[in-house]
Amino acid sequence: MSGLLLGMVYGLAAGLLIALAALFGVWWERKVAARIQLRYGPQEQGPYGLLQTLADTLKLLLKEDITPTRAQVGLFRVAPLIVFTPIAMSLAVVPFAAGWAPLDIEVGMLYFLAVPSLSVIGVLVAGWASRNTYATIGGLRGAAQMVSYEVPRTLAVLSVVLLAGSLRPLDVIAAWRPWWVPLNLIGFVVYLIASIAELNRGPFDLPEAESELVAGYFADYSGIRWAIFMMAEYGGMLASSLFGAAVFLGGPALIAGPAGVVVLVLEAIAITTLMMWVKWTFPRMRPDQLMGTAWKVLTPLALVQLVLVGVVLPWL
Amino acid sequence: MTLTVESRQRVTDARGSAIDELVVNVGPSHPSTHGVCRVIAHLEGEIVTKADPVIGYLHRGIEKMAENRTYLQVVPLTDRLDYVGSMYANWAYCRSVERLAGITVPERAEYLRVITCELQRIASHMMAIGSSAADTGASTMFLYAFEVRERIIEMFEELCGSRLTYNYVRPGGVSFDLPEGWVDLCRTFCEGLTDKLAEMDRLFFGNVITRGRMKGVGVLSAEDAVGWGASGPVARGSGVDWDLRKDDAYSVYPRFDFEVPLGDAGDCYDRARVRLFESYESGTIVMQALEQMEPGPVNAPVSRLIAPRAGEAYDHIESARGSLGVYLVSDGSPRPYRMKVRSPAFCNLALLKVLAPGHTLSDLVVILGSLDPVFGEVDR
Repeated sequence: MSGLLLGMVYGLAAGLLIALAALFGVWWERKVAARIQLRYGPQEQGPYGLLQTLADTLKLLLKEDITPTRAQVGLFRVAPLIVFTPIAMSLAVVPFAAGWAPLDIEVGMLYFLAVPSLSVIGVLVAGWASRNTYATIGGLRGAAQMVSYEVPRTLAVLSVVLLAGSLRPLDVIAAWRPWWVPLNLIGFVVYLIASIAELNRGPFDLPEAESELVAGYFADYSGIRWAIFMMAEYGGMLASSLFGAAVFLGGPALIAGPAGVVVLVLEAIAITTLMMWVKWTFPRMRPDQLMGTAWKVLTPLALVQLVLVGVVLPWL
Repeated sequence: MTLTVESRQRVTDARGSAIDELVVNVGPSHPSTHGVCRVIAHLEGEIVTKADPVIGYLHRGIEKMAENRTYLQVVPLTDRLDYVGSMYANWAYCRSVERLAGITVPERAEYLRVITCELQRIASHMMAIGSSAADTGASTMFLYAFEVRERIIEMFEELCGSRLTYNYVRPGGVSFDLPEGWVDLCRTFCEGLTDKLAEMDRLFFGNVITRGRMKGVGVLSAEDAVGWGASGPVARGSGVDWDLRKDDAYSVYPRFDFEVPLGDAGDCYDRARVRLFESYESGTIVMQALEQMEPGPVNAPVSRLIAPRAGEAYDHIESARGSLGVYLVSDGSPRPYRMKVRSPAFCNLALLKVLAPGHTLSDLVVILGSLDPVFGEVDR
C-alpha cells in the first residue's frame, strides 16, 4: 500500500518536473533557435517572453479534443500516454545528488536505457491508430530508428559501467573521476547523438519530418494530446541530458551534498542547448542514411570506446 | 546513393493495384509542395515507384482573361503568373507587345529592366534555395536566404510600391524612374551580396548532411534535360549551356560581362548550387548596369490603347526558372486575340515523373524543390 502511495507521489512529482522542464525548455529552444536564425523569438508575454509557453499550454488545454473519424479511437487516445509514461519513469533513477536518486536500484543504468525505449510502442500505436498514411510511415520510421539507436546508446553507457564496475547509478557517481571525461569522450559523443535520435529530434526527426510527412506519427493529434507528445520530447531531452551529465560529466560528483544538483542542472542545460544548436543548424537525414549512421558509424565507435576502456582498465 | 526497386512478381488486389504498395497523396496542401502541387506517390516501403504530379489547382485562366483586356491591362495579369518573379512575366509580355506594335524602348528603360530582373533573379533563387533547404529540414538556411530576399523586396517596394506584384515593366518602358538614393541602396546591397552567398555556401552546401541528401539524388542527364524541354537552372545543372541572356542576347545584355554557371552531375545539389552562383553573377550584372546607365526617359510615348497590326509575335527572356516566352496574336483590335505563355516551370515540373522513381519519399520532396516550380506559372 505504501509502495502504491509512493508511486503516486513519484508520478506526480515526475509529471510536474517534466511540465516545468517543458515550460522552460520550449521557451529556451525558441530563444536559441531565434538567435541562430537572426530573429528575436518570443518577447511579449512576461519578461523576455518567459510566459509564452504558459499561454500556449493554456490554449492547448482549452482546445477541442479531436479524434479523426477514421482513427481507432481507444488506441488513438491512449498513444500519447504510452509515449509519455516511460519517459517519466526513466527520471526515477537519475542520480540528482551524490548518494541520492529518487529510486535507488541495483540495475539503474540498465533501467534507464531500457525503460524509455518502451515509448517506441506509443509511437507505433499513434502512427497506426491515426489511419493516415503519413502517420503510418512516421510511426514505422520511428520504430526502426528508436530500436536501432538503442544499440550504440547502450554500448556507450556500458563503458562507464565498466569503469565503475557497477550498474547502480549512485555507485557510478561515487566512483566517478575527472579523467573519465577525456577517456569517455567518444562514448559521450555517441551517447549524445544516439539520444538525439532516440528522441526523434533534428537532424534525426524523420518520424515527424515536417517537409515530408507533415508531422508524422502525430499529424492527426491536436490540443492537449499533441501537447503530451511535446512534453514527452522535452521530458526525454531532460532525462537524457540529466543522465548524460551525471554519468559522463559527473555532475553531482563534482560537489558533495545537495549542491551537486546545481552542477548537474547546469551541465544538463548545456547539453540540452547543444542538442538545440545541432537541431537548428543541420538539415535532416534520409531514412537509409540514418540507419547507416547508427550501424556503420555509431555502433563501431561505441565498440571502439568499449575496447579502449577495456584495455585501460587492468592498469587502474 | 540511388536505391533500386527489384522487379518481382507483384501481388495485386481486386482493383489491380499492388497490395504491397502504399499510395501517398502528397498535396495539394502540404508543407513542402511549394504551392498547390499534388503528387500521387506510389511507395514500396520508403521507395517511390511512381510519382504523378497533378496540376491545375491554381488555374485562374489568365491566358483567357487576357483576351478581354486591353494590352496595358494585361500587364497586372502577368504579375500573377510567376508570383515569385513577377518582373519576368511583365518583361516577356511587354517584349511581345513591343515586337507586335513596333515600339522602341528607351535605353534607360532597358537598363532598369535588366537591373530589376537581375535583382528579381537573386530574390527568386533565394526562395528556391531557401525552400530546398527547408525541404531537407534546414530551417535556418531558409531564413538566411529569406533575409537576402527581403532586402530586394524592400528595394522593389521603394521603386514601385509593391512587394510581389510589381506591374513595373510596361509596354514601351517601365512605370517609374529610380527614386532618390535607390542607386546607393542597390550598390550597398550588391557589395554585401558576395559575403552573404559565401556564408550560405558554407552553411548549407558545405554541410555533410546536405551533400548526402542532395548529391546523386534526382540525376538528370543532359540529353533528358534537352529532350524534356527543361531550361534555366534545371538544364544548366545538367551541364546544358543554354541561357537566353547569352544565346539570344536580348535587351542590353551583350554589354555586360558575366558567366553562365554550369553543373556537371545534374543532381539536386548541382541544380541548387547553380542557383547560388547565378545569384552572384546577377549581382555583378546589376553593378555593371548601375555604372553604365545614363539619364534619360524611361518610357516611350505609347498610346493607352495600343492597337497593333493584325499578326502574331513571340518573344522570350531568361527568367529565374528558364526560358519564359509569351506568344501574342492580334486581330488589329485593342485587345489581344490570343495569349499563350511558354512556362519554364511547367516543363521543368514534368521531369518529376522521370526523376523521382527509385528514390525515397524524402528524396521526392527534395527533387520537387530542386525543380523550383511556381504554380502560378505552371497552372496559369
